[in-house]
Amino acid sequence: MRRKGVLLFAIGMALIAVPLIITSEFYVNLASQILIYALLAVSLNLLLGYGGMVSLGHASFVGLASYAAVLLLNAGFGQLASAVLAILFSTACGGLFGLLALRASGIGFLMITLALGQIVWGIAYRANTLTNGDNGLRYAARPHPFGIAIDSASSFYWFSLIVFAIALFFIWRVTRSPFGASLQGARDQPRRMRMLGHNVWLIQWLAFVLASFWGSVAGLLYVYYNLFISPHAISLQQSAEVLLMAILGGASALTGPIVGAVIITLVKNVVSTYFERWNSLLGAIFVVVIMFMPFGIVPGVRQLWARWRAPKKLERAA
Amino acid sequence: MQFWIIQTLNSIAFGGLLFLLSSGFSLAFGLMRIPNLAHGGFFMLGAYLGATIVYYGGHFWIAVLGAGLGVGLVGIAFERLILRRLAGNVQGQVLVTLGVSFIIADLCLLIWTGDPWTVPAPAELRPPLRVAGFAFPTFRLVVLAIALVTAVALYLLMDRTRLGAMIRAGVDDMEMARGVGIPVSLLFTVVFALGAVLAGLGGTLGAPMLNAYPGLDTDMLPLALIVVILGGAGSLLGAFVGSFVVGFLYNFGIALFPDLAYFILFLPMVLVLVFRPQGLFGRVQT
Repeated sequence: MRRKGVLLFAIGMALIAVPLIITSEFYVNLASQILIYALLAVSLNLLLGYGGMVSLGHASFVGLASYAAVLLLNAGFGQLASAVLAILFSTACGGLFGLLALRASGIGFLMITLALGQIVWGIAYRANTLTNGDNGLRYAARPHPFGIAIDSASSFYWFSLIVFAIALFFIWRVTRSPFGASLQGARDQPRRMRMLGHNVWLIQWLAFVLASFWGSVAGLLYVYYNLFISPHAISLQQSAEVLLMAILGGASALTGPIVGAVIITLVKNVVSTYFERWNSLLGAIFVVVIMFMPFGIVPGVRQLWARWRAPKKLERAA
Repeated sequence: MQFWIIQTLNSIAFGGLLFLLSSGFSLAFGLMRIPNLAHGGFFMLGAYLGATIVYYGGHFWIAVLGAGLGVGLVGIAFERLILRRLAGNVQGQVLVTLGVSFIIADLCLLIWTGDPWTVPAPAELRPPLRVAGFAFPTFRLVVLAIALVTAVALYLLMDRTRLGAMIRAGVDDMEMARGVGIPVSLLFTVVFALGAVLAGLGGTLGAPMLNAYPGLDTDMLPLALIVVILGGAGSLLGAFVGSFVVGFLYNFGIALFPDLAYFILFLPMVLVLVFRPQGLFGRVQT
């Protein structure tokens, strides 16, 4: 346990030091992007890993929160008010989507979230008067939380890191709480859970709302980072990328989606500079991961580690 | 008056096209329990294949058949080489169809570039049909006729033939169907290929109205999904009714409230999900 604490402290320190070690603005911005996508993937994983529900519409919360924030700010609300209202609006939409998607289970759930995500995309794309269609909308300026400017690359990175740490701590607490246990119970044995008097539907719906809340927070970070939102950010491809992050890293571990987000964001940025066919590569990674690595990297590495450790333990016992 | 008549006709023709897209999708979903998320990609691939055949001087109807055949072969290869290996892992299968849809979309972009390909309707169907002082676009009527013939043929196939009876048995109770000796996994290939052929045909038939362009796949896939959510997975009648409902709503939505066309689709979906989550004619609880 103490070793774990030391490790966590060291990782935290290293993350804080990133902008001091890497001075190139490009890479600091890349690190901020990774944090945003990691938050999105971790929030999705509440559904995928802990709830066993595959959602293909998670990017829609990025869109709902971002568009709401831009429109509210343009309508004359302050930064704080637009941020809070945008997250409330997006989470409320999440509550509604959850009501609809949980009418079905399994593949039906996936299909309904996909259809809902595409409808959000379609509205953003077609409702020209509101969303400016394909051209997207600009966000006027980053906020100054507590009077601190987060306009530079490194200050924005630290801001994202704080938000990410709070979110990760919260989600970690949730997964370790009785609610987290009942969510996993509802995933594995819904009938037994019902027999034990748990309201499986309510548990899953609450998980959906929580996931959409943290997805909306990631969406707000997204619009602060880019100062721009267009339908491209909420396409099916974006939802699929986030899902791939969680599966690639390993949905059964809290850290899995983070690893997945690091890998996918890096690959995407590196590949896009040399190679135009990112979508083909994304599709190919999808197929390969699902066919040959269905449990993801983090659980896979853990298994290897355990196998490597096991003979040593035996030796010691002998 | 002309506006309403033309829009109604366009809606019906679009509904027919949607039926070609979603009937195979729904049947495969009912039998294999997976929505093929590459189905929009199959439709787009069909449109591009047809456009290419027409471009190189092939007749329109040859192009329609060629596109159906080509996409059918892609479907068979996909089912046999990839989906088959993930048998039993429904979630994995769905995600693989999603991955393949990205690959298809990107390869189409690579081969046919980002500019839309237009396909003219066959010359003999271009002059409008004049009845009682109103002009009807002949080509759309023909598309509708083809969709109706396909619907009847599919109905006869499902209801009157041995193959259809086996498919229905598989949709209703797969384990029992296997138990009495029906080669369910062979049916998977047949139904999946049938869906791919229909999507390919539909892609080329739709090309004179919709063109072939990057993004056609993601425009059509949600429509097929909504048709199946409305009609119910595995139900031919559901796909038929759902297609025309969506065809009307989408077409009139675009004509009257272009900003809200997608939102209008959302409403019947919500109503069906709330009151009848298995779909209007669905037998399989998804």
